[in-house]
Formats: sequence, structure tokens, C-alpha cells
Amino acid sequence: MKLKLITAVTAAIVAAAPAMAELTFTALSYRTGPYAANGIPFADGYQDYFTLLNERDGGIGGEPVNLIECETGYNTEKGVECYESTKGSGALVYQPLSTGITYQLIPKATADGIPVHSMGYGRTSAKNGEVFRNIFNYPANYWDGASVGIKHLLDINGGDISGKKVALVYHNSAYGKEPIRTLEELAKKHGYELTLLPVDHPGQEQKSQWLQIRRDKPDYVLMWGWGVMNQVAIQEAVNIRYPMENFIGIWWSGSENDVLPAGDGANGYKALTFHATGANYPLFDDIKTHVVDKGKAAGAGDQIGTALYNRGLYAAMLAAEAAKTAQGIHNTTALTPAQMRDGMENLEITEAKMTELGLPGFGPSFKVSCQNHGGDGLVAVVQWDYASKSWNMISDFQQSDQDILNPLIAEDSAAYAAEANITPGCN
Amino acid sequence: MFYREAGDFKTSYVDDNQTFPIKFDRYRYYAVLFVAFAIIPFVINDYWVNAVFMPFLIYSIAAIGLNILIGYCGQVSLGTGGFMAVGAYACYKFMTGIDIWWGGELLFRLPEFNIFFSVLMGGLTTALVGVLFGLPSLRIKGFYLAVATLAAQFFLVWVFNRVSWFYNYSASGQISAPEHHIAGVAITGPNADAWAMYLFCLVFVAASAIVARNLTRGSFGRKWMAIRDMDIAAEIIGVDPLRAKLSAFAVSSFFVGISGALFFAVYLGAVEVGEAFGIQKSFLVLFMVIIGGLGSIFGSFAGAAFLVLLPVFLKNTLVGALGWPTDLAAHLEFMIVGALIIIFLIAEPHGLAQLWRVTKEKLRLWPFPH
Repeated sequence: MKLKLITAVTAAIVAAAPAMAELTFTALSYRTGPYAANGIPFADGYQDYFTLLNERDGGIGGEPVNLIECETGYNTEKGVECYESTKGSGALVYQPLSTGITYQLIPKATADGIPVHSMGYGRTSAKNGEVFRNIFNYPANYWDGASVGIKHLLDINGGDISGKKVALVYHNSAYGKEPIRTLEELAKKHGYELTLLPVDHPGQEQKSQWLQIRRDKPDYVLMWGWGVMNQVAIQEAVNIRYPMENFIGIWWSGSENDVLPAGDGANGYKALTFHATGANYPLFDDIKTHVVDKGKAAGAGDQIGTALYNRGLYAAMLAAEAAKTAQGIHNTTALTPAQMRDGMENLEITEAKMTELGLPGFGPSFKVSCQNHGGDGLVAVVQWDYASKSWNMISDFQQSDQDILNPLIAEDSAAYAAEANITPGCN
Repeated sequence: MFYREAGDFKTSYVDDNQTFPIKFDRYRYYAVLFVAFAIIPFVINDYWVNAVFMPFLIYSIAAIGLNILIGYCGQVSLGTGGFMAVGAYACYKFMTGIDIWWGGELLFRLPEFNIFFSVLMGGLTTALVGVLFGLPSLRIKGFYLAVATLAAQFFLVWVFNRVSWFYNYSASGQISAPEHHIAGVAITGPNADAWAMYLFCLVFVAASAIVARNLTRGSFGRKWMAIRDMDIAAEIIGVDPLRAKLSAFAVSSFFVGISGALFFAVYLGAVEVGEAFGIQKSFLVLFMVIIGGLGSIFGSFAGAAFLVLLPVFLKNTLVGALGWPTDLAAHLEFMIVGALIIIFLIAEPHGLAQLWRVTKEKLRLWPFPH
């Protein structure tokens, strides 16, 4: 019975997909589990954008979009199950939404010839497209984030932070360890002193780390946190009266969920971002007309305009634009994952294109190429304003320190290429 | 009618002592082995291996290991996740060539081990670590021992996160299995075929089950059970508690280590210790043992099947067949699995293995129960 049902279901999916000739996208989302508060807005944004395309334009290039959502609960094993169960359905691109699952999928998806877009997470050196042929992490990665964070400190200190103390509070996992190398290299260049403060999963207990911050009085605190860890860290910072404007989080530590629990104490907290926040864009009117008013909004429909919703929307927009590019290159409307990969590799996002989509100034302009799968590393800083409950952009999109990052990326990707027996190249 | 001893004549002690004394049972066992080894590898695909068979097989080994410790020897352990991590990291170090450093200089590097021996070394290393953390069991029992093994869980995860030697100094702290072959066939890495990974795990599962079954039937198993039932009485009749308990820890950890090594190298390919081998893994394996049935090898398989296959089955039914939203399905899954666990434990506190035992008793009498 059990076997029959599963077989029937699998067979049904496999049989149904090619017959309908649609573009299949997958969303490995997590609406449950310890990180659900952050997973829901992202998943909603991702889903709503594709719903909008289907409702308003009839899909991408005339092909309807079939979005398969699979719940991972941020759990690697479930992520593998999701990948295996959806890859047969002609999925064009994977958004693993977890550093752990991304590391898992990098070799698997490469072997299967399916592109992965780990937007603002995952393995940073995947920027080197000559080694990571199927992995994309545009428009920005963690090392860009770390570099722009330091750049922001330079800006507010008149270009000199030598002798300053910078503490990094990070999730003690692959994700949180990502920026350490970059920050160490930057410390050599700019002469600041770096302290590392790991926080173990899930991060509800941070008293000792913040006690250390209270004792050492670092001039600035950077944070690589996720889920409940962010809220606890911000609350602890408020408790020890740490000046909020000296506390900068990565983009995954910069959502409304993270700052609201601390109330007006969190006012002035800064975060890095690679896209705009808020709902003041023409596209959101379309979402209201074609998605929300028709009752087709994903989830509860109450997340529109939040930082993470916009990130999901942005990810979906980039995927759809890559699909359009691929349709243009290959002169076809029905796509294969290999064609989608070409589309992603030739993706170019310009201000004119974003304006046309109804998202003027929403993200940086960038161009993907075989050598560069990671965009130009343009990152901006936003600051939380408690009174208006909104994130205000306080800097332009500025480029990370390429002199420091490029050698690091070359080194790390070369190590991976050696480990995985890859000959780097564009063919 | 078919399931009975009558008519199956044994003419030697070896025959009399075999694992499956009833003919029907024996043929069923051969049939299962035949299907598993000779039929499934030909029909299997990536989805079935990665979502169903590999987790089931690997968790079965872990459950067998923990069952030896808890079910046969009566020593409660909450350190399974940590011991699986030891197996995984030991396997990783052996398969990438162990490097020994002294004073900042590379002293020497062992050659890379074959994947089969890497997994075995993972098991052996874990056995050593298990004995070390089993030492407190000589003085403390029950809940207190559970707490001591809980310390092992957290300590081991901390060590693998903290000491970069274990993950070959990679920037992310992740370990990922390079491609390894046996006789030219890729077993680990992205290019490994479904059937190869499946067969590789199956060999370990079959060997583990046979070894475990025979250990528990022999003098070792009897000593463990004596300790479990009443340790003072066991000591008085001549069972050495030191050797019995530590051997149980060693054997149990060996199996758990093998499952950890397979979990990392063959199943996932890349792991991060806190996420893959956290405390929830310890509880998951513990639940498998309890639901499957304490002190039963079959129970270990049944428990692993229950907890691995049921969520996948529910997901495919609720989301795939009925088209429900994924979050609703995921939450319902928790509720259904949780409710089933409670119902099972109330209806049959001795686990699925006991259901099987009762069935067998009934089968003996069928179709004339009077």
C-alpha cells in the first residue's frame, strides 16, 4: 500500500511535468522549525512573484510557471529528500536557502547539471564560475558583506580604524564562520583588532558573549546570526546598553523579526543588505491587484514589504530574468536546466531593466559572466528606525574590497577544484 | 500451518542453534536477503536511495548499536549523536589521509584509506571513544549515566567544531567526502550511482545485524543481559561488570560509529557537526530503539523504518497526492507521528518487536488456535 502510493505519486509527478510544458521552479522553503519566522517571509515573497507572473503575464515568455514548494525545516536531510524528489520534475534552478543544504547540493547539482542560486549565502568562492560551473551566488556574498561592513566603519571614522576593536558575534556553523578569513585579512590591512565570539546553535544563550563585550568594550560589533540568535543578541545588546549604531548585522540579521522584540532599544541598529526594503515600488501595486486581491497570496499574506519578503521577491525576480535571458539565447520558450544555467551566466541586471519591472533602485546593477558568478559585490547599509518601523538606507550600494577578496576567492576555489578534481575553465 | 517447528528435523547441535530455527522464518530471511541484494539494486533510482533506503539502512545500524547498549546491557545513553560524529570525522580523516603535526611542522601523513576501511576505522575509533565515555558507567547508573553521556554528546560536538584539525582547516568548518572508489565504482561523491551507494550500505547493515545477533546470543550477550537484569546478582554469579559494561559500550559505539561514517560519507556527502549530529539525533535514535523494541535486533530495523519512512510517506501523501500546503503538512506530520508513537507505546509498551513476537505465536497456532 505504502510503496504503491509513493510510486504512484512519484510516477504522477514525473509523468505530468513534461506533458504540460511549463517552467518548473522549486522553492526549498522552511515554514516550520526553529527558523520558520525568517523562512516564511522569504518563501511568501518567492511564491508571490511567480504567482504575479502567472496571473499578469501568463508566465515567463508565455510559458506558465509551475512552482513546487518543498518543506525542509532548515534540515539537511529533508533538503536532500526535497532535492531528490523534485529534480526529476525538470526543476530549472534550486534555491537551497540554507548554507548546509547548499554545501550538500554543490557537488550533486553539478553532477546532475542543474544550476543552484545561493543568493547571499552558501559557499562564497562559488563566485569563481570557472570552478563552480553550476553554482551562482550573485549579487553579493558574505565576504562582500564583511568587507562593506568594514568599509562603513571606515566611512564613519574618516577612513582610519587602526587600533579600533571590532568583535564578531557569529553563529557557530559553516554560515557564521564564513566572514572570519575576510575580516582577518582586512584587519591586517586596516589595523583593527578582531575578537571572535561564537554562539552555538540555536543561540538562545548568549549571556557570556555579551558579558565579554561589556568587559572588553569593542568599538564595533558585527553579527552573523540567524533565527532566534538575532533577537537574543539585539536584546542582550540593549541590556548592556551597547550603542546600537555601532552594532552591524549581516543581511540575515536584518529583518523586522530581529529588531521588533527589543522595542525602541533596537532603534539605530544597522544591517547590511543587497536590495531595498519597504513596499514603495510600482511592482507592489501589481502584487496587490493580481495576487493579494485575488486571494492568491502565499501564506497569510501579511509579510509584504518586509525585508525578507523583499529578498524572496528579489530572488524570484532574478530567477525569472535569468529564464528570460535563457529563452532569448536559446530561442525557445521551454527550458532545460542546462539552458537555464546559460541564462544565469549571461544575466545582466541594469537600472533600466529594474525600472521596467517596477522595481526602480531596488537592487544593484550587475552583470554575471563565466568568470564571475557572484556579481560585483555591491552592498548597502540600512538602519532600523523604531518610530516608523522601517529600515532606512543610509549608504549607497558600494563595492567590496576586491583587492582583498579576489585572492581569497581564487585560493578557496582552487582548493575545491583540487579536492573535487575539477579543471577550471569556461567550456 | 506453515509456521511451526513440527516436521523440521534437526540432526546436529549447529542446526539446533541456528538463528532462525523455523523453516518458514529461515526461507523468509533468505528471501529478504535475496530481494535486498539481487533485485532492489537493479530497480532502484536516486530518489529511493537518498530519501528512503539509505536513511533507513544507516539509522538501522545506529539503532542496532544503541539497542545493544540500552536494550541488552541496560546502560542508558544520550550520546549517540556525538558518537556518530566521531565515526563521521574519523572516517573523513582516514579517507583524506591523517596528518600528524608537531610544533607547527607536518610530521607525516598517512596514505588515504580505501572507503571501506575508512568506514571500519570510523567504527573502531568510535569504539575507543565509547569505552572512554563508558567508564563512568562503572560507578553511576540510570538517569545519572544518561546525564554523563549527554555530556559526551555536547563535548564531542564542541570538539569537532572547535579543533580545526578535524575538518582539515577548511574555512567553513564543514567536512565533505571526496570521491572514493571500490574496484573502479564510485561509492562516495556526487557521481556515485544509486545502486553502488545502496549496496555499500547494505553490506554494512547485513554484517552488523548478523554480528550483533550472534553476539547477543552468545556469552557476551548473556553477560550484558545479566548486568541489565540485576547487576549485583550478575557480579555474584561471576560476571565481571567492568568487562561486560565496557564491552557493551565498545560494541555499541562501533556500530554507531559505522552508521555515522556512512551517514556522512555515503548519504549526505557533506556535514556540519552541530547540524547533523546534534542532540536531536541522539533522541531520534533513542526513539527508534524504544519504539522498535528494547533488546531486539528486528526491533531496531522496525523502529528505524517507522521513524524514517513514515515522515517521507506522510509528506508524499499529504503534499504530493492531496496537494496540501507544505507547512500544514509538515505540522500535521509532527502530530501524526507523535500521536502514533504515544498510541504504540500505550498499546504495546514493548515496541514493534513485541507485535512481531505475538504475531509469530499466533502464526504457530494458525489456523487451529484451540
